[in-house]
Amino acid sequence: MVKMTDLNTIEKPNWCPGCGDFGILMALKSAIIELNIEPENIAVISGIGCSGKVPHWLRTYGLHGIHGRALPVAAATKLCNHELTVFAVGGDGDGYGIGMCHFIHAMRRNINMTYIVHNNMIYGLTTGQTSPTSEKGMRSKSTPSGVIEVPVNPIALAISSGATFVARSFAGDVKHLQKTIVDAVKHRGFSLIDVFQQCVSFNHDNTYDWYKQRIYDLSTVGHDPADKLKAFAKAQEWGDHIPIGVFYKVLTPTYEDELPQIKDVALVKQPIDKIDVGGLMDDFV
Amino acid sequence: MNIMQKNKLTWKIGGKAGEGIMATGMIFSQSCTRGGLHIYDVSEYPSLIKGGHNTLQVRVEDREVFSQERGVNILIALNRETISMHKDEIADSGGIICDVADAVDQKELRNDIRVYPIPFNDIIKDINAQPIMKNNVALGASIALVDYDFEIVVKVIRDSFKRKGDSIINENTRAAKAGYDFIKKNFKNDFGYKLEKIGDQERMILTGNDTICIGAINAGCKFYSAYPMTPASSILHFMAAQERRFNIVVKHTEDEISAINMAIGAGFTGVRAMCGTSGGGFCLMTEGYGLAGMLEVPIVVILSMRPGPSTGMPTWSEQGDLKFAMNASQGDFPRPILIPGDIEESFYMTMEAFNIAEKYQTPVIILSDKNLAESHKSLDKFDTARVPIERGEYADASELAASPDNTFFKRYRFTATGISPRTLPGTKKGIYTATSDEHDEEGVIIESIDNRLKMMHKREQKMKTLASELKQPELIGPADADVTVIFTGSTKGPIKEAIIILEKEGIKVNYLQISYLNPFPTEKVSNVIDSARKIVVVDNNFKGQLCDIIREKTGKTIVHKILKYDGRPFYPEEIHNSIKEVMSHG
Repeated sequence: MVKMTDLNTIEKPNWCPGCGDFGILMALKSAIIELNIEPENIAVISGIGCSGKVPHWLRTYGLHGIHGRALPVAAATKLCNHELTVFAVGGDGDGYGIGMCHFIHAMRRNINMTYIVHNNMIYGLTTGQTSPTSEKGMRSKSTPSGVIEVPVNPIALAISSGATFVARSFAGDVKHLQKTIVDAVKHRGFSLIDVFQQCVSFNHDNTYDWYKQRIYDLSTVGHDPADKLKAFAKAQEWGDHIPIGVFYKVLTPTYEDELPQIKDVALVKQPIDKIDVGGLMDDFV
Repeated sequence: MNIMQKNKLTWKIGGKAGEGIMATGMIFSQSCTRGGLHIYDVSEYPSLIKGGHNTLQVRVEDREVFSQERGVNILIALNRETISMHKDEIADSGGIICDVADAVDQKELRNDIRVYPIPFNDIIKDINAQPIMKNNVALGASIALVDYDFEIVVKVIRDSFKRKGDSIINENTRAAKAGYDFIKKNFKNDFGYKLEKIGDQERMILTGNDTICIGAINAGCKFYSAYPMTPASSILHFMAAQERRFNIVVKHTEDEISAINMAIGAGFTGVRAMCGTSGGGFCLMTEGYGLAGMLEVPIVVILSMRPGPSTGMPTWSEQGDLKFAMNASQGDFPRPILIPGDIEESFYMTMEAFNIAEKYQTPVIILSDKNLAESHKSLDKFDTARVPIERGEYADASELAASPDNTFFKRYRFTATGISPRTLPGTKKGIYTATSDEHDEEGVIIESIDNRLKMMHKREQKMKTLASELKQPELIGPADADVTVIFTGSTKGPIKEAIIILEKEGIKVNYLQISYLNPFPTEKVSNVIDSARKIVVVDNNFKGQLCDIIREKTGKTIVHKILKYDGRPFYPEEIHNSIKEVMSHG
């Protein structure tokens, strides 16, 4: 059985005290333990930002890449070794800003992996600029007069872009997040978990209390995640009442399912020492 | 007619895009190689799909040919524009095959040029074929003019269209035969250029992109990611077409950023991975390129050059990205850059690139260009065992088993060679995090002076180790040469052809080919420059980028540069003339 000590690292996280990232890391570890996946069979791929440090404080295989590019790395990791459980982790700037293009295309592909977005509606590591999910009017270092754009709606975007498991959770509710991660990993296909997370240092609008006062769990109101249109309607809810939980879930063939090349053996386990290109050369005579 | 030349011919076909120019050219080329002759072709086309002027020029000889040359012996003009654009390229007593309606008055042409007008529409009607078949009628006519064995053409058509069925084969054959018969019936057999079968040896006809792909597949490349961009697109097409035959995952990604990051993900898992693009796409890849260097993940990147800046001239050729490749991405990291000189080298160097990437755990660039990527050459089959697969160092299984639980594996262990044995995800007790931040032996982020220096030296040591293992380039040709030519990449073909001409004139030339821009063969180049009578550098770009690199590496200034930057590859005649000029000016 996988234990917490298997996943802990000697280095301790250096996020700000009170950061929502601690809750996300704890939920991720707890989910891995609950799922009982050996750490060597997990790959956690991150980009840049406070979220990008997750692989350093979780003892699984990890790749801490460049800003916004976790998803292509993670997608190829899964395609080349589909026996691994693959997570991509990132923030709202990483995934919905600089990496937005990859976000949409990753969802279209429906590769069996889980994407956890630490969404604190602000840029933390670069010390407090507006993010793609910052609310209109929010004042920040890069928008001293207030954000002019409207925020990205990652849930609605995911439902319309082909993600087959679309959920939102809250870093302040580790149990809810743990369960959501477990369900997401068990789901065969691309899972998005947008995680509300407080940034205690730079976002003084969307605080722990702000989230706590507004969120309610979709499972308590009888929401049917199989209903795409209702899921889309729920994704529009914002303001005093904001839903968390699974918005949408559907089973469709994964990208890997459509590749006969990896049907029998993971790509990385296929030998390369006896490839015969003789017939290929004949094609050119 | 006083010209009589056998088995030395340049055949050119021109017309609108979509008229089957490339397909007709390929049937002609294959017909030549099936008769034991050698070919080299060059295509010219604009960046659009229908319409626009396209040409394919095939050079045929009874010896191996290395490039195009000036002087077209047969020009097949599928429209009038082809005649007006290319009539000045026609060699002494060459011929034009064209439609009767396009046949220009002899007054508009040099006296020696012969025009062979063909009533394409009447012939097409007579044989009940589609209008597109006029390219085959013209092909057949050209075969008749050079008096070549028509039965070979019939066989090539049969093989080329065997998947499309008998009716297509028959239509194509009928069209070619009708063109052949028309010439035989209506003109005397007195055209001065002839082709004759010289043997039965079967050769492949391949482009540089084809050979990169065959080399990659033979090397065990299992993952290829790319975004379409001329002239690298046909690598994507080739790999995609072969993905199920050879179990390769090929991904057309949303952009080049994704392409290189996917290759990195694949390389991280342990799969041999490659991505490919041209200069514009490589601009997008540069951050990922540095990432692979920092993570020490092996990947192969094909950078197939075309003239820039920006969109530049998408379907034309230049070596304008030499310095870009050498300096792309922030910071210093080991960056081997291989630059094959011809289509055959593209095969072996691609195999070598995968070995270097995995042995030295770093991104390897293969620099190509449109000229190399898309020109065809007839070649003997490759020796697929010449470059054995070397996968580099992996952590010892028993050592891993004996290591303590719940620690990170020292993925970036300091070693004498700079190479740290790898583990792959899935390996018990091999766990580590690869990180783009500076890190310690375990991959943990650390910014101390001591670690930074050691890690920089470790990574750079890999390049020194590689340099010590690579063969130094050799000076090819007479030791007492009057002129020594230094070059890199696809200028090799026209240089070799120019040397053949110069030798006939009694001028001794030798050459030094630079196949690795990194690690650069500094000592050898320096010695050659010091000992040569006269140094000439051939550089297919505006600023003389190779000259700059030579100066950067050796401190020596190149005086005689032969530069070309009009989007076209060199002709041997241009290099020949420039070398003669350099010689005449002392």
